[in-house]
Amino acid sequence: MSNAPKIARHTIAVLVDNEAGVLARVIGLFSGRGYNIESLTVAEVDHAARTSRITIVTSGTPDVIEQIEAQLGRLVPIHRVVNWTTAKPGIEREMALIKVVGTGEKRVEALRLADAFRARVIDTTHTSFIFEITGAPDKIDAFVDLMRPLGLADVSRTGVAAISRGPEAM
Amino acid sequence: MDRNATAVMSRPAQANSADELSGAEIVIRALKDQGVRHIFGYPGGAVLPIYDALFADNEIIHVLCRHEQGAVHAAEGYARSTGKPGVVLVTSGPGATNAVTGITDALMDSIPLVVLTGQVPTHLIGNDAFQECDTVGITRPCTKHNWLVKDANDLARTLHEAFQIATTGRPGPVVVDIPKDVQFNKGTYVAPGSVHHRTWRPKTDPDLAQIVQAIDLMAHAKRPVFYTGGGIINAGPEASKMLRELVEITGFPITSTLMGLGAYPASGPQWLGMLGMHGTWEANHAMHDCDVMICLGARFDDRVTGRIDVFAPDAKKIHLDIDASQINKNVRVDVPIVADAAKALKEMLHFWKTQRRKVDEPALKEWWTQIAQWRKKDSLKFVTSETIIKPQFAIDRLFAATRGHDTYITTEVGQHQMWAAQRFGFDDPNHWMTSGGLGTMGYGLPAAVGVQMAHPDALVIDIAGEASVQMTMQEMSTAVQYKLPVKIFILNNQYMGMVRQWQQLLHGGRYSHSYSEALPDFVKLADAFGCVGLRAENPGELDDKIAEMIAVKRPVLFDCRVDPKENCYPMIPSGRAHNEMILSDAEDGSAMGEAGKILV
Repeated sequence: MSNAPKIARHTIAVLVDNEAGVLARVIGLFSGRGYNIESLTVAEVDHAARTSRITIVTSGTPDVIEQIEAQLGRLVPIHRVVNWTTAKPGIEREMALIKVVGTGEKRVEALRLADAFRARVIDTTHTSFIFEITGAPDKIDAFVDLMRPLGLADVSRTGVAAISRGPEAM
Repeated sequence: MDRNATAVMSRPAQANSADELSGAEIVIRALKDQGVRHIFGYPGGAVLPIYDALFADNEIIHVLCRHEQGAVHAAEGYARSTGKPGVVLVTSGPGATNAVTGITDALMDSIPLVVLTGQVPTHLIGNDAFQECDTVGITRPCTKHNWLVKDANDLARTLHEAFQIATTGRPGPVVVDIPKDVQFNKGTYVAPGSVHHRTWRPKTDPDLAQIVQAIDLMAHAKRPVFYTGGGIINAGPEASKMLRELVEITGFPITSTLMGLGAYPASGPQWLGMLGMHGTWEANHAMHDCDVMICLGARFDDRVTGRIDVFAPDAKKIHLDIDASQINKNVRVDVPIVADAAKALKEMLHFWKTQRRKVDEPALKEWWTQIAQWRKKDSLKFVTSETIIKPQFAIDRLFAATRGHDTYITTEVGQHQMWAAQRFGFDDPNHWMTSGGLGTMGYGLPAAVGVQMAHPDALVIDIAGEASVQMTMQEMSTAVQYKLPVKIFILNNQYMGMVRQWQQLLHGGRYSHSYSEALPDFVKLADAFGCVGLRAENPGELDDKIAEMIAVKRPVLFDCRVDPKENCYPMIPSGRAHNEMILSDAEDGSAMGEAGKILV
């Protein structure tokens, strides 16, 4: 299997009509055809135009990714599908809320690392912090890993939002 | 001004609210404005207002089927034989869930259907109300699109969009779920012309650069083959006409999938027969050895390709499909063309002629010499019998007897379906209705009802198996009620023949539950239904019985007793390549191997 096609991570944005069941269609397509979802975010982006944007991080061989894009394009309430990994260079950000519980030296170390990662403290008690951190997913992964020995208690991540670089819109 | 709007405005009863109708009336009006003449359905609590509006109407003909699955298959037969969308009306809950098999069948075979389902009133949705189910949830993966309409003011627009989506681009089934209160509520009617969908823009025009690339490959081909499918049928009779012209001016051989039979005439000189698992020796070998494959409106289904990594290894592949997601799905192609088949064929013909393209005559001649060698194999031959009716013989006699009639054939699923596809020569599109993608036993009888409804004077025959036909046998009653003279020609071998064949080839002849120990007496059953029952038990009486079946202008159940042990050949065992076909029981039955066993 040495020449098996390489599985890579892709970020795909889907502009959809904001109608009932549209998210279920997208998710059902992924589960029904056996595609991966690593993260998925969805929110209305234009209230007047009734459009929402779904950003999906998925992984697969080039053939599978091509199928995912084509299958998404076939859904009726979809305006556009763009792959930020292949079609246009994109920029990705994710936000996370991270709760760390501890006292003494570990607490000081957590605060020091948060500062280095530009994570903000948004809630604090004598025994806990909640950090807000924004960045590329691997930066958040790294921060979470560093917090683990320091009393990591809870993590909530938004999933990826992505946009193209340069002046062009989606 | 729009004629429909005028009609609504002129209604005296609507004087105070000129364009307000009840939801149920909106449904009927929308159907009429969409040109619907026939609908297939079954009433129930959640669609009573629509049935009441139907009662008041005398233009739309409602066909009462005996099961919602039957109603959907009937609509499929109607759609496939006319090119128009089939319309179904069923109630909530079990009405909708019973329709699911038919809807999935239509999705797999790209049949345009508009299925209207009743739903419990909006205030009860989510309440586990009587006969409630999440119809849009259940049918989401088996429709092209679906809607739950919660406001009577959205109903007309939604229905028009439903027709548009079902019939444009790659056709398919749609479901409109209408709660009972919405059927009673008043809403504004809008005519079809005023509806513009926000997102639906199917691509139907071909990219001309790709058309030129395609004909360039064709002009230089040494061993070309046309491989065509149901997309040609769906693109309308014009597409079949242009396909025939393209095949004729190039002189290339042509094969077709199960769904595409009739697009090119089986009596045509360049016809190789059907390809795939039960395709002919010449069609499959031509596919394997070709250097240019021109795939038009087919989707490289696993029944067609066999083992995918050795599929047509030397071929440059052209793939025309209206659905972009079919391109490179199973097989990577060299020239993709995403377009409506009729539009693409028109351009192919245009460029071929204006660029004065010529084929490679000497190479083509050699290719035909090779094909003639393959044809000599006579892969559809079978051993005849004086004493027992061979199923192949029965199909041959049926075909001979129907010459000169306007004949439409439907089938169930299994051996009889493959024998019909192999042996019944289809010369025209839209005359062959079969369940290809989903392989739905029980499709053929209700489909025949739908076909006969659309073509009252035609000879409509369901070539059936005794196992399949029992799945929707109750639709015989529908045929009797509407005086539809459908002929149910049952190749009765007492086995689920294809299951038995696979058990023989793959499971050591252990015929686990594939033999029907208790079969009804089909002749008596016909009598009970109030139709005609006929039986043929030996080859000598077959022709007379078939003639009698055709002559009688009533529905017929024909019990044709055939050899219970006959297998369907040729066959590409699962997991094998096109050039690894087996032709008879005499060849190694274990040819499938372990890897093939897990395939279906």
